[in-house]
Amino acid sequence: MKRTSAVLAWVDQRFPLSATWKTHLSEYYAPKNFNFWYYFGSLALFVLVLQIVTGIFLTIHYKPDANLAFASVEYIMRDVSGGWLIRYLHSTGASMFFIVVYLHMFRGLMYGSYRKPRELVWLFGMGIYLCLMGEAFFGYLLPWGQMSYWGAQVIVNLFGAIPFVGPDLALWIRGDYVVSDATLNRFFAFHVIAMPLVLLGLVAVHLVALHEVGSNNPDGIEIKKHKDPKTGIPLDGIPFHPYYTVKDIVGVVVFLAVFSVIVFFAPEVGGYFLEHNNFIPADSLKTPPHIAPVWYFTPFYAMLRAVTYPLFGIDAKFWGVVIMGLAVLIFCALPWLDRGKVKSVRYRGPVFKAALALFVVSFLWLGYLGTEAPTPLTTTLSQILTAVYFAFFLLMPWYTKIDKTKPEPERVTG
Amino acid sequence: MDTKQQGFRLGLLRKITKGLPMALLAPFAAWGLAEVPLDPAPLKLNDQVALQRGAQTFVNYCLSCHSAAHMRYNRLTDLGLTEQQIKDNLLFAADKVGETMTVAMKPQDAKAWFGAPPPDLTVIARSRGADWLYTYMRGFYRDDSRPTGWNNLVYENVGMPHPLYELQGMQVLEAGKPAAGESHGDEGHAIKKLKLRQPGKLTPLEYDNLTADLVSYLVYMGEPARNFRIKLGIFVLFFLAVLFVSAYALKREYWKDVH
Amino acid sequence: MSDKQQVDKSKRRFLIATTGALGGVAAVATAVPFVMSMTPSQRARAAGAPVEVDIGKIEPGMMLTIEWRGKPVWIVHRTQEMLGKLSGIKERLNDPDSQKPMQPAYAKNDARSIKPDFLVVVGICTHLGCSPTAKFKLGADEGMAQDWPGGFLCPCHGSLFDLAGRVYKHMPAPDNLEIPPYKYLSDTRLIIGEDTKGA
Repeated sequence: MKRTSAVLAWVDQRFPLSATWKTHLSEYYAPKNFNFWYYFGSLALFVLVLQIVTGIFLTIHYKPDANLAFASVEYIMRDVSGGWLIRYLHSTGASMFFIVVYLHMFRGLMYGSYRKPRELVWLFGMGIYLCLMGEAFFGYLLPWGQMSYWGAQVIVNLFGAIPFVGPDLALWIRGDYVVSDATLNRFFAFHVIAMPLVLLGLVAVHLVALHEVGSNNPDGIEIKKHKDPKTGIPLDGIPFHPYYTVKDIVGVVVFLAVFSVIVFFAPEVGGYFLEHNNFIPADSLKTPPHIAPVWYFTPFYAMLRAVTYPLFGIDAKFWGVVIMGLAVLIFCALPWLDRGKVKSVRYRGPVFKAALALFVVSFLWLGYLGTEAPTPLTTTLSQILTAVYFAFFLLMPWYTKIDKTKPEPERVTG
Repeated sequence: MDTKQQGFRLGLLRKITKGLPMALLAPFAAWGLAEVPLDPAPLKLNDQVALQRGAQTFVNYCLSCHSAAHMRYNRLTDLGLTEQQIKDNLLFAADKVGETMTVAMKPQDAKAWFGAPPPDLTVIARSRGADWLYTYMRGFYRDDSRPTGWNNLVYENVGMPHPLYELQGMQVLEAGKPAAGESHGDEGHAIKKLKLRQPGKLTPLEYDNLTADLVSYLVYMGEPARNFRIKLGIFVLFFLAVLFVSAYALKREYWKDVH
Repeated sequence: MSDKQQVDKSKRRFLIATTGALGGVAAVATAVPFVMSMTPSQRARAAGAPVEVDIGKIEPGMMLTIEWRGKPVWIVHRTQEMLGKLSGIKERLNDPDSQKPMQPAYAKNDARSIKPDFLVVVGICTHLGCSPTAKFKLGADEGMAQDWPGGFLCPCHGSLFDLAGRVYKHMPAPDNLEIPPYKYLSDTRLIIGEDTKGA
């Protein structure tokens, strides 16, 4: 014991080990009323680690070469000991990452976690989300199946819609006239090096910003308003370690159980996590009859397809891309769109609750429509839902202001 | 697009796919979009004898034209075979049991003979689905308008002649109905029905069994780790349940302080 | 916070230990497929599978080199004259009776082989992995010493081996050349990579 503290003292004189531990864990005071929705932050971190570790072991065997990529994935699935498990962990992890992150973001929407003083926490989080989309997109090309290929082809061509520079930009991204070996090779570099580095950096600043301002909670009130006069510790705060570490461990175990059910009993999830057509090697001459992006992109994909009118003399394709981009980026404006007197949905009025419900319905429904082949009916439906989606954001300054809120409690409840 | 570029790409992709049939990807082919209802395949993934029979049929009838380039012969030990048995009964197209199931036919020849090189079948069950394959293998019928003389219910204008003709016999479309290929809009499901005109070596029931074994084998080959995956999964979930009890007790113990 | 009731420290210690142990088991079990994934794959194993060789056509005094697991394996058809030299040079060798471990039982004789006529040996120097050169001619004809009884010379660091692959004393190479597992399928057919132990 004495020796351990001596070693620790030696280290602490040279590196703020104890100080860091205290700031971020043992003396980071989190509100004591976290509920179910607060598991998803730590789960996102867990999945990130899982993806990095499985990813490293996949790169040991994977070949980023148009002639070899598809076969190398099957090689991992068959010839490499335990390779199938590592691959399924990674492919399932990709989808689960988005499930966890979407639930984490929804938590923020419900409890107003994006509002002052947490605007930067939210913006860094949005950065993580954007980065994750890029990471998933680049990674999806690597198995070099038909869906990989045509998915990449379609998404890269979105950039082609940008006026003037579009076509050249798309060409520059691909490095060839179609998606090809050159594209595969650079996407591999982005997927395994560039994006993960940025992602890790953003996760770090997301956490540092969070620990600077302190966590929000389901009541949406600031626990720092009521501190113990002697110690200066928030009365409603508890040290993250051990209380939330032991709680999050339970969350991770439950999450792992769900995760294992998928990995071991239904790794394809009926074609949603691993698409059937992706078991056909990429063929630049034949598009599969129905292509849709992987499920986590489909809400935005549905909005892209919903735009069918040209505007200001620019064709619909361009505006589709604009709508799609705005649909993602508009989340960044949330801290400044919300004029509500309270943060948490618990004390909001009926208008906000209705708006949030409509938003969730539109997001999920658009997600479903994005997986389906387009028909005139689904296009009309997507247009209505896109309007609902944007109304949630654009009308927010108005409806949050007129909403009849309930008074917030002084101290956290539950 | 630049045609030279196209040509290059064509050659490149031909190499990559080792003969992915272009026809395979005709709109009609996408599984789930087929207009003919698919018969559920009676899979026997835990029946080693059935899988061995399926492997035998696969090696005898499919492997002469189709490769399974990611599947090693010695992997068939999964099915309860010894390496010697594999060598004696299944190894015709290769020298060593450690080799993969490649095929001697050149893709160029294949394209000349069938219009498209036969696709690799290693993961065909994962892209097509077992039910499609089961219906397809039982859906060949005589159609003299086709160059091969054969057509298929779930794969219109199929390039492959019926490989198991000797066994199944010859089916025809029910008389008086429009021939396949004229339209696939309003015919409806009931119209397209097959009748056995000339019996083969096997009875229809025996043929269904043979096809079921073959499809089971194809599903196995699509993911050889499948059975082990499920076994391991049960174990993992059991372990997580124990871990949950312990972790939850730990959490409750600490949270006594808070509540 | 904790004033209300006494904290049961031993219960906490027990639960931490249990959960920690179970978590540790889970971590180790999870590590298994990751560690195993770096062992030779089925493809590598297939490429490294035992090789069958026909030795009927090797003339006496000649050598055939075949590839097993990517390494050269020499099969030398030794003449009676070559065999006769093996016992006379024992005191000049490092491990003349092949006593060091890692050599199969059938190498523990002067010929270091199952049948004295045929030497089967991995042609990789035990020093740093170069492939030695055959110097079968007696004496100085091939640039060796006057009393050279025939054998192998490693071009990298000059280690000398006799015609049974035994290393000379005071050489950079510490051990005799490796004898691979092998067995006779018939008088003229050998399989390399597999021996009668069945291992």
